[in-house]
Amino acid sequence: MSLLTGKQINVLAIGGSAGSIPVLISLLKSISKPVPYTVIIVIHRLKNVHSELSLLLSGGLGYLQVIEPDDKMPVEPDRLYLAPQNYHLLIEADLTFSLDYSEPVLFSRPSIDVTFESVAQVFGQGAVAILLSGANEDGARGIRSIIEEGGTAIIQAPHTAAYQSMPLAAIRLNQEANVLQPEEMIEQLRRSTG
Amino acid sequence: MLQPPHPHIQLTNDELDAIIDLIWKQYGYDFSHYARASLMRRVTRCMLNAGFRTGYELKYHLTNDRNFFYWFLQTLTVNVTEMFRDPVVYRELREKVLPKLASYPVIKVWHAGCATGEEVFSMAILLHEAGLLNRARLYATDINPANLEQARKGMVPVHPMKEYAHNYQQAGGRRDFTGYFTFFNEGAEIKPELRKDIIFAQHNLVSDQVFNEFQLIICRNVMIYFDKVLQNRVTTLFYDSLSPLGYLMIGMKESLLFTNVSPHFEETSAGLRIYRRKK
Repeated sequence: MSLLTGKQINVLAIGGSAGSIPVLISLLKSISKPVPYTVIIVIHRLKNVHSELSLLLSGGLGYLQVIEPDDKMPVEPDRLYLAPQNYHLLIEADLTFSLDYSEPVLFSRPSIDVTFESVAQVFGQGAVAILLSGANEDGARGIRSIIEEGGTAIIQAPHTAAYQSMPLAAIRLNQEANVLQPEEMIEQLRRSTG
Repeated sequence: MLQPPHPHIQLTNDELDAIIDLIWKQYGYDFSHYARASLMRRVTRCMLNAGFRTGYELKYHLTNDRNFFYWFLQTLTVNVTEMFRDPVVYRELREKVLPKLASYPVIKVWHAGCATGEEVFSMAILLHEAGLLNRARLYATDINPANLEQARKGMVPVHPMKEYAHNYQQAGGRRDFTGYFTFFNEGAEIKPELRKDIIFAQHNLVSDQVFNEFQLIICRNVMIYFDKVLQNRVTTLFYDSLSPLGYLMIGMKESLLFTNVSPHFEETSAGLRIYRRKK
């Protein structure tokens, strides 16, 4: 299977919650550098608790720096962006980030759905979205949008996920999504050239 | 149970433009320079809550039902707020900014986009503890009349109190936080003596002008809903409303860097987004 071979990728969006960090780190390590596309990560975190997540992700990623974008910061290739704690992260048509402090969606802020839907609107076929382990149902609608706008959707195989609810909910809503084990995702990302 | 991904709601960019135009012409609120992605998301959310599937239905109700419009406005604008949100910022205010403001005979503070008042109540507590509240005038403004009506009651929900008390302590508060409230079934009321110098008024950052000169302006997580054009307008309005060396405090993930006034301000505390107007 060669999902991403020869595909023009503009953005890779990765969403995850409980149990997703180890897989996320191995995915990020597998991406060749310089990265010809933009990487956007949405991970659920506790609010008002200082988080070392960006530091954790930066470790071992070579020069690829993790940026928690400010409002209106331009979206650029070869950058790794992490949704800031306690905000929804959206992308505007002029390729700038837009933050949103409105109500949590499915108890989540940042919401994976909100970012994936926004990525789908702006990047269409150029979007690849990966949904990892988690204990709620965030991400399912976002994956739906990615598929509807012509992007590529990948969901972590539930039996390989520390928490299965999130991948299971997404698969239920998106029969046509690609369900892959972490090693298969890594293989796909290695083949992608952007 | 998982709901379908708003499969029936169809709203194109052109339809959104038509709705923005209608609201402007009929009600005088200008949303044309709101950040598009979040505006689209919130309009779609309103439609979902109202049970509408098409832009036509939304236009029909906005045109013919004034009460619907006010419900729409309330749902469209973001009214989420907390007391002592980002405690590290309030600690900085307490330790670095208020001692500077203490030299003014009257300290004028503007909370722009105050929502239901939680941040201005937090500020009143800080000023009270610094012994400055009797010299302070707090102006709290919002676009949304329903928010102001709620804020004037001085009532906050009880359920986040524990979190607020924790934030207060993280912000350097050493007193009994709950002592600032009277508890009722319907909520916790801030003591009236803390609120008596707060003036709540409607003000629309999109269209209204300078109305006073301030030593401190607080506008946190409001400009994130605006596009660059409107952010430039609003930050210029803030510049014009500040006394020389006055302070401007914005949200932790907002930045003046992407606005025209950037050269006229310096960030006084790295990363906290507390800026000071240069002379």
